[in-house]
Amino acid sequence: MQNLLRPGWRAAIAAAGAGVLLAATACGGGSGEADGEVTLVVDTFGVFGYEELYQRFEEENPGVTIEERNITDLADYTPQLQQNIAAGSGAGDVVAVEEGILVQFLQQADRFVDLNEHGGAELEANFLPWKWEQGHTTDGRLIGLGTDIGSMAMCYNVELFRDAGLPTDREEVGELWPTWEDFIETGQQFQEADTGASFVSTIFPYFNVLKAQEGDHTYQNTEGELVIETNPAVRGSWETVTSMAEAGLSANLPLWSDEWNAGIQNNTFATLPCPAWMLGHIESTAGDAGNGRWDVAAVPGGGGNWGGSFLSVPTQSEHPELAAELAILLSSPEGQLAAWNAANNLPSSEEAIDSADVQEFTRPYFNDAPVGQIYGASARELEPVYFGPDNQAIDDAFRAALESVEQGQASPDEGWQRAAEEAERAAGEG
Amino acid sequence: MTTLDRGGPGAPPGPPPGAGRGRPTTGDDARERRRALAGRLDAKGSPYLFIAPFFLLFGVFGLFPLLYTVWVSLHEWSLIGGNEGFVGLDNYVRLATDGKFWNALYNTIGIFAIAVVPQLLMALLLADLLNRRLRWSGFFRIGLILPYVTSIAAVAIVFGQLFGPQFGMVNYLLELAGVDPVDWRGEKYASWVAIAVMIDWRWTGYNALIYLAAMQAVPRDVYEAAAIDGASRLRQFWQITIPLLRPTIIFTVIIATIGQMQLFTEPAVFGTDGAMNGGTQSQFQTVMMLVYQEAFRYGNYGYGSAIAWMLFLLIVLFSLLNVLVTSRIRSAT
Repeated sequence: MQNLLRPGWRAAIAAAGAGVLLAATACGGGSGEADGEVTLVVDTFGVFGYEELYQRFEEENPGVTIEERNITDLADYTPQLQQNIAAGSGAGDVVAVEEGILVQFLQQADRFVDLNEHGGAELEANFLPWKWEQGHTTDGRLIGLGTDIGSMAMCYNVELFRDAGLPTDREEVGELWPTWEDFIETGQQFQEADTGASFVSTIFPYFNVLKAQEGDHTYQNTEGELVIETNPAVRGSWETVTSMAEAGLSANLPLWSDEWNAGIQNNTFATLPCPAWMLGHIESTAGDAGNGRWDVAAVPGGGGNWGGSFLSVPTQSEHPELAAELAILLSSPEGQLAAWNAANNLPSSEEAIDSADVQEFTRPYFNDAPVGQIYGASARELEPVYFGPDNQAIDDAFRAALESVEQGQASPDEGWQRAAEEAERAAGEG
Repeated sequence: MTTLDRGGPGAPPGPPPGAGRGRPTTGDDARERRRALAGRLDAKGSPYLFIAPFFLLFGVFGLFPLLYTVWVSLHEWSLIGGNEGFVGLDNYVRLATDGKFWNALYNTIGIFAIAVVPQLLMALLLADLLNRRLRWSGFFRIGLILPYVTSIAAVAIVFGQLFGPQFGMVNYLLELAGVDPVDWRGEKYASWVAIAVMIDWRWTGYNALIYLAAMQAVPRDVYEAAAIDGASRLRQFWQITIPLLRPTIIFTVIIATIGQMQLFTEPAVFGTDGAMNGGTQSQFQTVMMLVYQEAFRYGNYGYGSAIAWMLFLLIVLFSLLNVLVTSRIRSAT
């Protein structure tokens, strides 16, 4: 060994090796830009359906390339985005922000470009008033442009309704349950028919719908204070859905779990609150065998919303001008319609909702239900709901508590107690 | 080391080159001195340079975050607001009275106990079986390590489905056998068992191979002598194999302790909500999951760091305790 290299050389090589490793660790990051070529990165979750719009933007702006980074699951997407925003690097030039997390970002408005300065101020007519308001901070900065909204309807399993001797026509089904009391009564009828299935999969999604119907805020008020004990919307919704569990309507399948998906495939439950984006999930989960099995009716209590997003431009973007331009194009009525046609994301623009593309749209998989019309009508009745900065984390706590109640591990009171304690931790008051 | 000593200070001064043929020039002298110096530097410095890359990387990605966590844990620190002021040991005081922390610690140690003890015993047994003359022993040995090669997330997903309360295969089989189905996620101890099965499926073979390697180093004639003296196989196992494997057993116990105290992926994927809650009532939330939940779900970096540091101290303590227990195995020497 000692004859292979002279001593000095060995030391030099060792030093060089160390240097290379160091250099390697120092690299990473940095965006590709050469000779006026610009790459815009768009961060999205789920399905946004923007491919055609990207092409158009690239054609109109030579030298610009758009790269979409998509993460399917919102639960994975949000923490990553939060960290990138907090760290001041790593986020895309345009980022999709789900409504549940938007308020937290409104509180760090200085990390986002004020789109008013890029021609955003004239766009008010492009959005439903509440969606337009939601994207603003209290001092009037515009940091989020609306894309889609969830709106709300009730999906029901036609086969199971027939087996239980209930009506199957979507108009008649809607008339079964003008209120939630009626809905629970229908559920008891359904259970008595003993089809072997349950009326609801799990009570948590119903809690979401009720909460949004009953008040203008949920766990936290607009000052960011925890108000679960005093807000009747939260307590009332809790009591309604736990009474569903006590009436034995639930199949106790945790939302989004493999068991829950298996429940869709095996006809284990008869109803499911259906925001527009849920249709795609049912279709892809139930597959060909489920064609025509599900239909869409009105939701008890009328209206409601679950989900929906915004587009923002972080100040860390190196091309805020271009990025704002892109965000404005993607969120324009035209852009929203393109997303509707590609992925059935319900537009938040009145103009787009009223267009023939939406109003005349029927979805064959759901017995040709006129879903555009159903969701469009529900969207107009929407009252905006304010979600506090810790909404997501508190929601997780309530979800766990509701599941523990429906699975018989805790009484409704014990569950409430637990959720309240956990909510205090999540809100930083524990 | 001896090869490096040639130019070193301890090298015997040999006759200078060309001593018999007249005085060396001063240039030669200088070159000679430089070479000697380079040699000395090389001998002293090179080893450090060669190990430097590891320590530099460890310093940047290991030591610095470790110490920085201490700093963060002494502050009120949130995801959005960043450093919100020094609070001294407040986070640690809160920890001591936090029911969720004690629950998570109880879960972690409980799962450790029902996972690791059977795991190491099974591994010893399997290794002993494979150490005998077997047909296709190579095949069996590879078979043992296969679960270890599988992605941990894939394991957790598959087992999560097997242990599904309504459509899971385990409950299906239980029902065939006439046993009531078990709520594998809802009931605390049932969930521990499900997670322990997952862990053991993955790690038993790994530990068995380590034991097997150690067993193969035990000379055959020791066993032969014992057999001639009339010792049964069981007695040979307890009085020859186990004592000779003592250092290996201690090693596996420490590694398993460190790994299991930081248990995260299996229970995290076993939970269905992605919120790191570890079941509806935190039945199987481990300490690492609590760290994640506090820091990344609730944005309390300060408190999360305090929990992480407490866990570090507990691991040290627990490892020492385990070594103390394991070292009661009678040594062979």
